[in-house]
Amino acid sequence: MTETLWIIVGGALMTYLARVGGHLVLSRFERIHPRVEAGLNAVPAAVLTTLVAPAAMNGGIPEITSLVVAGAIAWVWGGMMPMFLIGGAVLIALRHLLG
Amino acid sequence: MDAAMTTATAPTRSARREFLAGTRLGVPVIIASAPFAILFGALAVDNGLSVGEATLMSAAIYGGASQMVGIELFGHQIAPWLVVFSIFAVNFRHVLYSAAVGRRIGHWSFIEKTVGFFFLVDPQYAEAERRTERGESVGFAWYMGMALPIYVCWVIESGLGAAFSRLLPDTKALGIDFLLPIYFLGLVMGFRTRSFWFPVVMVSAVAAIVAHKLVGSPWHVTLGAAAGVALAAAMTPSGGEEGRR
Repeated sequence: MTETLWIIVGGALMTYLARVGGHLVLSRFERIHPRVEAGLNAVPAAVLTTLVAPAAMNGGIPEITSLVVAGAIAWVWGGMMPMFLIGGAVLIALRHLLG
Repeated sequence: MDAAMTTATAPTRSARREFLAGTRLGVPVIIASAPFAILFGALAVDNGLSVGEATLMSAAIYGGASQMVGIELFGHQIAPWLVVFSIFAVNFRHVLYSAAVGRRIGHWSFIEKTVGFFFLVDPQYAEAERRTERGESVGFAWYMGMALPIYVCWVIESGLGAAFSRLLPDTKALGIDFLLPIYFLGLVMGFRTRSFWFPVVMVSAVAAIVAHKLVGSPWHVTLGAAAGVALAAAMTPSGGEEGRR
């Protein structure tokens, strides 16, 4: 097996381990402490925020504006598609205007 | 606890409808991730992988950011175990997803769980949580209805990107390098009715930015998320009154 294949297989196994590991550990407990429960409920917002924040921080006017507009649309209308499509349109338009 | 939500099982005759409902939720994910799959394939070939290896990597690891980090390190003569470890570091957030979503799929069979966890990528996890939020059960048919099209597209597009790497357009002009942050923001907004949402988002954002500057990527994800999760845990009164709900 080549080194590249070894890395791919190793990376795949470690990734799968991460994806089952949390459940395997947590399912050993019969009762979940309310603080653990609250922490787990905060996981999606917390993790997904970390995927947005640095990109916003390093972004220019088009990037930040598109996030603000998309965020406002999501806040008012809810749902994914309107905010995603309009946010993308604002981004492309501003990049062409300002770029 | 969510016992009432997770025990309700969908009748089999609606399995097809459930599957299609999942597929619909996967559409924006397929749009947002397509450029990254193609970009990944092209960069992988750039970094010395064959078309087959690039495709295999997408099929076996199935985690965009970690695959990018992986091929980035391929080009740097770094020890193989360190590349594998870096892939694990980028995907470490999935430990949290796994623990959280495990509470929603307690009614699945062992095989369904074994298969399902493989597909637990960011949007898959987020949509499963949102479904629970709406009081609906996270069924296997719904889950795979969302997961399979995204996965198949991801693998095929990686292969196409690798095969046609020379023809790559200017991704910045088309805005496709920034579609994922917009999509992820949409997911964050979807959780705005949860307790502590605002303080969690603020603390995670600040912690992620600081960690991004001081420690570097990909650790800002783990550190930023840990700050938000710890805050929510700390703001919750501990024990003694669990009987309430």
